[in-house]
Amino acid sequence: MQRSNTYILLFSMVLTIILGGLLSMASVMLKPAQEKQIELDTKKKILGAVMDISSIKKPEELLALYDQKVKSEVVDINGDLVTADEKGNPIVAEKVNIQKNYRFAPEDRLFPVYKFTGESGTVEAYIFPMFGAGLWDWISGYIALEDDLNTIKGVAFDHKSETPGLGARITTSEVQQRFVGKKIYEGNELVSVAMVKGEGNQGLTEHQVDGMSGATLTGKGVNSMLQTYLGYYEPYLQQKKSGETVALN
Amino acid sequence: MSTEVAETEVKQEKKPSEALLSKRRKKIISDPLNDDNPVTVQVLGICSALAITIKMEPTLTMSIAVTAVIVFSNLIISSIRNLIPGRVRIIVQLAVIATLVTLVSEVLKAYYFDMYKVLGAFVGLIITNCIVMGRLEAYAMANKPYDSILDGLGSGFGYSWIILVVAFFRELFGSGSIFDFKVFEAVGIQNFPTNGLMVDSIGAFMVLGILIWVQRTKTGYVEH
Repeated sequence: MQRSNTYILLFSMVLTIILGGLLSMASVMLKPAQEKQIELDTKKKILGAVMDISSIKKPEELLALYDQKVKSEVVDINGDLVTADEKGNPIVAEKVNIQKNYRFAPEDRLFPVYKFTGESGTVEAYIFPMFGAGLWDWISGYIALEDDLNTIKGVAFDHKSETPGLGARITTSEVQQRFVGKKIYEGNELVSVAMVKGEGNQGLTEHQVDGMSGATLTGKGVNSMLQTYLGYYEPYLQQKKSGETVALN
Repeated sequence: MSTEVAETEVKQEKKPSEALLSKRRKKIISDPLNDDNPVTVQVLGICSALAITIKMEPTLTMSIAVTAVIVFSNLIISSIRNLIPGRVRIIVQLAVIATLVTLVSEVLKAYYFDMYKVLGAFVGLIITNCIVMGRLEAYAMANKPYDSILDGLGSGFGYSWIILVVAFFRELFGSGSIFDFKVFEAVGIQNFPTNGLMVDSIGAFMVLGILIWVQRTKTGYVEH
């Protein structure tokens, strides 16, 4: 049966309104749950970079642990503290969107620093967030350094659409464990760490990490992300280091 | 006279009501499982069968998502099939599928965030899964809602069991595990050499090819 153009137009309009309405409703209703998940995911990754959190199943426990253990601050490219934005509103490290900051020039970006504190309140590890390009889309990560600001205590990576089983393996603890204990400094020079090509490599130096077979390009993305962001944080690292020597003297 | 009329009325009422799971309806579900399987016989949905079958867990999520999308889009399209203008039916089907897929993706993001991260773009790509649109065009446009739901379930399960089998072998030989449980270490085989080929798409092609071979040998299906 051939229908009139008016009917077709009307039908399309009504359908669009119904489907569109349905989608916007779902989006609004699911937003709080999604934001909670993202917040939980962020804090999980920050904690995951320094300690094994696989035994903590309840989200509330994890958030409580986070509040107890992690202190945060925000620095600029020179490593100086930033506490308020231009309008005078306080800046919270957890609210800084690394992905949004990635679009600005490095001088204009905000760089959050998370400090993992031990029982007595001393800083046990520094955790730095980072963001970069993988093979297909963005990758992001957190790198935790021991209090010597040289040895890697742990890493946590995330990605948008790396291939499951290949590049997506950067999110597995199996791959992330390979970074632990590696050093980012050679003497006084920042060299970062890098994943090498292939898997099961022997005789790696303390700046080399065993790669992922079939995901060399994702590994390259991780390498350049680490290199770039450790470079951005270097002024902060230097400040902290010299601060410590002064304190010791 | 009056009794006669009453009798015929009763008969007319009874006739169209078919058993909820009559022989014909059972066939609607069972056909796509084997004889008319969407993946191995119709060779549809291969793209996602390759992309997400590296591990069992995402595959299972994908199966549920695809089945849900097929069933509900079949139901919706079948319910409004007499209202849909023939000239714009494809875009209407597409709009319904896209809406459902977006809903699935949003729900995953809100409640199964880890799975959402693993599956990433592939959930969105259900829109392009030929099985969904194929069923709408071939079945839901011409049949009643209840039958369409059964047809959707059949096709969904037909797709699901194939990709789950593919994922089983790929995860077993590619990663040495099932549902991330290290099988070989559990039975006492240390350092099982995993096969990198299975992690690649090529592995899926091979498993799928063997599966089609075995199935066609059994059913005697020949492509014309």
